[in-house]
This record gives sequence, structure tokens and C-alpha cells, in this order.
Amino acid sequence: MDYDAVVIGGGPAGLGAAIEAKKNGLSRVLIIERDVEPGGILQQCIHNGFGLHIFKEELTGPEYAQRYIDMAKEDNIDIMLDTIVTSISKDRKIKAMNSSGIVSISAGAIVLAMGCRERTRGAIAIPGDRPAGIFTAGTAQRYINIEGYMVGKKVIILGSGDIGMIMARRIVLEGGEVIAVIARSSFAKGLTRNVVQCLDHYNIPLLLNHNIIEIKGKERVESVVIAETDAKKEVIKGTEKEYECDTVLLSVGLIPENELSRLAGIEIDRKTGGPVVNESMETSVPGIFACGNVVHVHDLVDFVTEESMRAGANAARFVKGEIKTESEYMYTSVSGGLTYCVPHRLRYSAMLEKLDLFLRVDKVYPDSWIVIRDSEKELARFRHKNLTPGEMIKQTVKKSVFENAAGNIEIKLETEGLV
Amino acid sequence: MYDIAIIGAGVTGAAIARELSKYDFRIIVLDRENDISCGTSKANSAIIHAGYDAEENTLMAKLNVEGNAMFDRLCEELDVPFRRNGSLVVAFDDEQLVHIKKLMQRGINNGVPALSILSQEELLKREPALNPEAKGALLAESAGIIDPMLLTISMMESAVKNGVHYRLNFDIESIKNKGGVYILESGGDEIEAKYVINAAGVFADKVHNMAAKPSFKIKPRRGQYFLLDKIDGNIVNSVVFPCPTKMGKGTLVTPTVHTNLLIGPSSDDLDDPEDLSTTDELLEKARIGAKLLVPKLTTRNSIRTFAGMRAEPDAGDFIIREAEGAPGFFDAAGIKSPGLTAAPAVALYMVEIMKKSGIAFTAKKNFNPLVKRKLFIDMSESAQSALIRGNPLYGRIICRCENITEGDIVDSIRRSPGATTVDGVKRRCRAGMGRCQGGFCGPRVQEIISRELNKPLEEVVLEKKHSYILTGKTK
Ligand SMILES: Cc1cc2nc3c(=O)[nH]c(=O)nc-3n(C[C@H](O)[C@H](O)[C@H](O)COP(=O)(O)OP(=O)(O)OC[C@H]3O[C@@H](n4cnc5c(N)ncnc54)[C@H](O)[C@@H]3O)c2cc1C
Ligand SMILES: Cc1cc2nc3c(=O)[nH]c(=O)nc-3n(C[C@H](O)[C@H](O)[C@H](O)COP(=O)(O)OP(=O)(O)OC[C@H]3O[C@@H](n4cnc5c(N)ncnc54)[C@H](O)[C@@H]3O)c2cc1C
Repeated sequence: MDYDAVVIGGGPAGLGAAIEAKKNGLSRVLIIERDVEPGGILQQCIHNGFGLHIFKEELTGPEYAQRYIDMAKEDNIDIMLDTIVTSISKDRKIKAMNSSGIVSISAGAIVLAMGCRERTRGAIAIPGDRPAGIFTAGTAQRYINIEGYMVGKKVIILGSGDIGMIMARRIVLEGGEVIAVIARSSFAKGLTRNVVQCLDHYNIPLLLNHNIIEIKGKERVESVVIAETDAKKEVIKGTEKEYECDTVLLSVGLIPENELSRLAGIEIDRKTGGPVVNESMETSVPGIFACGNVVHVHDLVDFVTEESMRAGANAARFVKGEIKTESEYMYTSVSGGLTYCVPHRLRYSAMLEKLDLFLRVDKVYPDSWIVIRDSEKELARFRHKNLTPGEMIKQTVKKSVFENAAGNIEIKLETEGLV
Repeated sequence: MYDIAIIGAGVTGAAIARELSKYDFRIIVLDRENDISCGTSKANSAIIHAGYDAEENTLMAKLNVEGNAMFDRLCEELDVPFRRNGSLVVAFDDEQLVHIKKLMQRGINNGVPALSILSQEELLKREPALNPEAKGALLAESAGIIDPMLLTISMMESAVKNGVHYRLNFDIESIKNKGGVYILESGGDEIEAKYVINAAGVFADKVHNMAAKPSFKIKPRRGQYFLLDKIDGNIVNSVVFPCPTKMGKGTLVTPTVHTNLLIGPSSDDLDDPEDLSTTDELLEKARIGAKLLVPKLTTRNSIRTFAGMRAEPDAGDFIIREAEGAPGFFDAAGIKSPGLTAAPAVALYMVEIMKKSGIAFTAKKNFNPLVKRKLFIDMSESAQSALIRGNPLYGRIICRCENITEGDIVDSIRRSPGATTVDGVKRRCRAGMGRCQGGFCGPRVQEIISRELNKPLEEVVLEKKHSYILTGKTK
């Protein structure tokens, strides 16, 4: 089987990329999705808050997904469901499998859109027993929203990520009790609007600078021990308190899903956990593009869609031989409180009129400048209020800014002279 | 009435059951847990030891070396993953260099094959990630790694195929002898047998004392581990030990047969043989110990921490004999490390002892030694395609970390003894063993169990009887 472009993953990223690849002139576009329906993680996010940027209205996850599923259908994009991609290679050969067998597909371009997975307890090594009743927030979300089962009656949530906070509210609405949301940091990791709408409105305490130091219960969770932590995240002796509960939910981070990328020898950024990409959302392997949570974890689906449209359009340009590759790479680096920048490297010739840089900060900055430099020379600066680690920054920059830039692009957060 | 009742479905009980199933006996294996391999046999270092650790002229030394030699054939017959990757005991100073030579001599005395001392250069060539300050090491080429749960499960399966019965959730509370017949009682339920074999692991002293006068004590000693992601699985090639101390063999670093990396165990004495909790302090010790061997090691990619319980006998050696004053009651007790390695030899030894005590053995003509269990992922592509054609469930991957299909999961439920719990599936086919630890596939495995066993979803438990996962329907 041959396709102009094959998109792996049918979440919002995959849908966006496929639609845009088609729009940009490719005739045979395929999405491969391992679930029985497209839509990705959105299908279990039945709360609203999706699409504010793109549609200027608040949709639920499934509603947002449906708009793109409909577009994909209209555009005659092939979708293989209940089919898992098991390997990809540098020369863009794909192996996939479903209940009718194993298929091999050659692709003009591949777009990786496999999303991310949740970090589990093992990754954070909470000591104590290993009973039933410990779930990642996303798993609990699936049980409650899709299967229709409750995971517990008295719940403690570790981690202040968005899914954790959303699940806190969900459990209360289902008649359960949430003792507290425990954050290891001095700020909530998720969106401020979720702190307000999911915790404050329901009087669920958010315990900042705390950690679970032990889980007890031989068969089912019986209690957990919680303690305060200092600036170095070490437990402050004497602050330990034991809480009875039957369930612990973990919302301790998401990891881009990159087994397939590794199989193809794609370079992975340790910081984001996703592929290193260029201005065109192309990975280190020519013709393999990536977008959405597989590249870096997004908090807003609107940004996923925008990023994936770029990846899809560029995949089409690649197949048609339209990406201008003459200029050398400039490499982006971050400093002064910024934790990463996507894309990782830029070619001036291949850039479109505008470039979106996606950035995150390490803590809360009430007022700051994002400064872009080429070695010593300042190219641009942008004022930002209220940057928080929970909210990804999208910094749009005109192509012309980079016109005479040559070396390495430094992106720095500056707070000097500001309060 | 049974001829033989075996108490304990750990690796010891399973090995004995399989060995005895070669003969004409009515046999039953009893375990208090809801699945087999739920005791020490599920949480250990998974090493098939060479046999230089045990003191000369002990039962442990003899059965370790004999057991080790049996693994190639055993694992071939039972389709259990096993790899002789060799073990190293690393010396960091002159004193330790002397010690590894002593170990080597002990090994030779015990009959261990293929021992040698590696120079610093040879050592670092074999294991480039090792601490460059290492001075040399004892290499034992016969040591290997295995999946201990699959070993136990496959041995039980083989026994069951050859006519052995089993009963789970049978927690023996008392043993009586009425006119030469043993009556084993659990919650009012009774099972009768002419002969009893006590392979009750950390509880072997308690079980012994139900039938005979106390003659030994088992002390529980806990060991904690980190299991790291496959990304780190090839940091070392061999099983790497530091020089041993009084408390045991020390923190080791080893790949597992499934290409993860295992670090541990720590060591602490406890009163509660069922306290398998992990503690920060001891895990930290294990981590530091491992770093000493392999400096670049971090536990950043840890996917699970766990603990196992050693059954330390007060006498120091394995206790395998007919209990004094209780004719027909046989102990296989104090089976501490290298109990996994020794298991098949323990079983042979048990047969010898039973014969000596006058029990008549008649060999079966139709004993079938084979158990087949290949996972979809381990097959060739043409075999995979054929399998999907025959059963479309093999075309659906449920555990995406380990690439385990629905076909594999259903198979592990339908086998005998089959999986009835989410962890039971995991032990049999690795669904949920990977880096997301069942986060994604757990609910699906639960659904498949519910469907296959015709049991409401809420009644499917994670592991032990009361480890319920769900608390009811949503509003
Ligand atoms: C629980 C949760 C709550 C969120 N809440 C909000 C919110 O309120 N508002 C908002 O704007 N944003 C929210 N987001 C963010 C946003 O919705 C996500 O970032 C976005 O859905 C990510 O899209 P994606 O396509 O990259 O990944 P996904 O949606 O995860 O899609 C990836 C798809 O790839 C498939 N796949 C993976 N591997 C393979 C393979 N090998 N073969 C075939 N298919 C494969 C998967 O099955 C999946 O369908 C939330 C995110 C999460 C995780
Ligand atoms: C930390 C650690 C590391 C180890 N590493 C290795 C290694 O690398 N190599 C090696 O060779 N060995 C190793 N060992 C030793 C090895 O794991 C054990 O020797 C072996 O698993 C013991 O098996 P068993 O069948 O005797 O006991 P178990 O597996 O504990 O089985 C005993 C069974 O008896 C049942 N039972 C108990 N009481 C009753 C009752 N009253 N009624 C009914 N059923 C009952 C239990 O439920 C259990 O299933 C290690 C041990 C530990 C703890």
C-alpha cells in the first residue's frame, strides 16, 4: 500500500495534520488510529473548555474532536481504526496491525501524532505498600467518563496537573469525597482556571509544598501519609499527617509517546521527551514530521491544532519538493527561567511569514520580557504578564526578525527593571 | 482422598508437584492466595545462581549447583525465557581480590563449572559501564537470569497437565493426623492426604508446627528493588554483584530476561512476613550500592519499586526432610536464596527422601514434559499473520508497552491454572509490566477477565482477594 502521507494517531494533532496535508494538495492521506474511534484523549474529556482560541466558544472534548472528524470525512481522508502502528523506519515504511492482519505501507511523508502517556507511580517511587486503589488521573477519567464506574469513595490526589484537578471536581460531582490535592511545587502545575473552577468552587484544599511519603494498605489503599516539604523538596520532619482514604490519584506529569520515533532513530530532546523538530515540524529524519503531545505536552488543544496544521502543510510541501532547504540551521536555546523551546532549530529559507515559538517557564513570573538574541545582537523582545509553568507560551515572531541572524538563537526571560 | 498434598504453590511446591506428576499418585497443591506464585517466588532477583556462595557441604550448595545445571532443558520444555549471561563479583581493593579468589575456590569445591578471575582490563571490556576503580572480578559463566513467575506458573501448568489438582484460597489453619491420614483444614473445609509436603515459604515453620513439634524457625528478611525501563536495560550485560557481606550478597545490578534493569535488593529483618512495603531509606541504600558498581546509573527511569521476603531459616541451610515424629510429613523449608535456582533439584531430592522413607513410586508412561507458551510479540511475522488469521484477537494490542495482544491475554486466562486477576494476567503474559504499569491496559485487561470469566467488572480484583479496583457505578 502506498500513501502520499500517513499520519500516526487520530487525536486532534493527527486530524489537524491530515486535513492540512490534504488541503495542501496531497491526494492520498491516511490516518492510522489504534482506538476504535478517532479523537484521541479528547474523547474522555467531557468537561468543556476546548476551542476557545480557534472557535471562540467553549466546547467539550468530544465536541471539539467531532468538528475535525467531520472535516476529515468531508475531505475523504482514509482512517484505519483499531489498528496499531508497530514500527516505522527511516525510509518511511510503516508496519501496522489489526484483527485482519499485518500491513506494510510506504509513505511519501509520515506525521507522528501519537500523543503522550501519563507518568505512573513507579516513575515517582512513592514508598509503602502497593495495593489496589492507585490510579493515574487519566485512567480514573476513563473509568468514570467512558466505562461508568467509580474508582473510590475517599480520594487523595497527588499532583496539581490539569487532569488531576478536573478529576477532583468530577469525583465530588459523582458523590465521592476529595480530601485534598497535593502539589509538590509551590504553585499549581495546571491552568489557573482549573484551580478556580475545579478546586476553589468545590472547597477542595490545594496543599502546596506537600508530598505523599507513604501509601498504606495491603490489599486496597487504607491511608496515606502526607508531609510538608521545604524549598529543596525534602520532607520537613514533624509535619507528617496520616489521612484515611481508599484511593490515590496521580496527576504527576505526561510523557510524550515516542517508542516508534526511537525505532526510526529519531533524535529525542531529553527536556521535552519528544522529537527534536525544525521550523517545519520535521524531525531529525527527513520526511518524518511530528506534532501535538508527541512533541511536547500541550495544555490547550487549540495550540495542538495550530501546530499540527503546520506539520501537515509542511508534510505536503515535503512530498511536493517545496521546502526550501538552502539555509543553514540556527539552533534555539533558552535561559533565564525558560525551560524549553519548540522548534529546536530553524532554517531561514524554509520559514513561512510567521514562526510560532512554544516556550515554558520554570515558575511564576508576574512581569517579564522574552528576549530573542542572535549571539550578542538583540533581534526582538516581547513583554509578558503572569507567565506560569502550567500555561504554555506561544510567541509568534515575524520571519524578518531572523533575516540576518546567523549563529545560535538565544531566547531569554528577563525580569530586570520590572517588578 | 489424595496420596500427596503439597502446601504452597511457589517455585518449590510447583517444582515438586511437577516432579511427582511423573509418578502414579493422586496429588493436590494447596495455596492460601488466589493465584499461584504469589509468595517469595514472585519478588526476587530472578537469578539462576552459579553456586559459589553457599558454604561447602551444605544442602544449599549441592542443590544450587545441581539445580543450575537443569535449567537449559527445563526452560526448553516449559518455554520459559532464560539466559545464561554470566555473573560477576566485583572487587574494589586487595582484600576483596583475596575474597573473590576464596569464592572461586569455594565454587570449585562445590562443583561449579566455568569460573575464572577477570583482570581489570578484561572486566571493563566485558562491562564498560562498570566503575573504572574496580580491580577485578570473579566470573561465573553458568549464572543466568530467568522469569521466576513464569517458571513457577509453567511448572504448575505442567503438573496440572499431568493430572495434579490444585486449590487456591485454601489457607491451612490446622493439620491433624487420623489413623495415618493427614487432614488439612481451611475455614472449615478439609482435604485429606496420606502424605504432606510443606513448601509454605516464609510460613513453613508455622505449617510445620501444625503437624510436628517445633524444630526450626523462619525469620522474614525483606529485600527491596527498583525496576528500570528498558531504555536502561543494556547498561550491563552480566549479573553484577559487589563483594558479599554478612547480610547477604549485597545490591546487585542485572538485566532481566525481558531487557529491563533490576537494582537491589536491600536487606532488613522484620516481624511481619507479609510486610512487603518499600521504604525510602532502604531503596536509597540500594540505589547508592548500585551506583558504586555502575556510576552512571540513575533511577530516573524507574518504572516500579517492589519488595520480596526472604525466608531465613535459623539453622542457615535448607531443611528438606521428613519431620521428626510426623511420619509422611515432609518439609521443604527455609528455602531462601538460591531457592529459585535449586527448585528443580529440591524436587528430585524430595523424591529421594520420600523413596527412602518407604513410599513406593511407579513411573507414569504418559508423562508429557512440554508446555507451550509463546507470546505473539516473540513470534516471526509469518507465524503472527497465521495466528491473526486463526484468531483475530491476536491482531489487537492491548498492552502497548510490551505489545501484548488480546489473544495473549485470553490465552493466559484460559490456561490452567489460569489468570483470574489483573496481576495474574500480568505475571503470565506481561500485560501491564511495561513502563506505564497497566495505566492504560489495566482497565481493558479487567474487562477481558470479566468477559472471559463471566464475572461483573467490579468483582475483578487487582491481585489479592480484597484488592478491589472499582467501588460501584457512577450516578
Ligand atoms: C486528560 C487531559 C485533559 C485536557 N484538558 C484540556 C482542556 O480542558 N482544554 C484544552 O484545550 N486542552 C486540554 N488538554 C490538552 C489537549 O487536549 C491535548 O493536549 C490534545 O488532545 C493532544 O492531542 P494529540 O493529538 O497530540 O494527542 P492524543 O489526543 O493523545 O492523540 C494521540 C492518538 O494517537 C493514537 N496512537 C498512539 N500511538 C499509536 C500507534 N502506535 N498506532 C496508532 N495510533 C496510535 C492514540 O490512540 C491517540 O488516539 C487536555 C489533555 C489531557 C491529556
Ligand atoms: C529478595 C530476594 C531475592 C532472591 N533472589 C534469588 C535469586 O536471585 N536466585 C534464587 O535462586 N533465589 C532467590 N531468592 C530466593 C527464592 O526467591 C526463594 O527461595 C523461592 O522463591 C522460595 O520459593 P518457595 O516456593 O519456597 O516459597 P514461596 O514462593 O513463598 O511459596 C510459598 C507458598 O506457600 C503458601 N502458603 C504459606 N502458608 C500457607 C498456608 N498456611 N496454607 C496454604 N498455603 C500457604 C504461600 O501463599 C506461598 O504461595 C530470593 C529471595 C528474596 C526474598
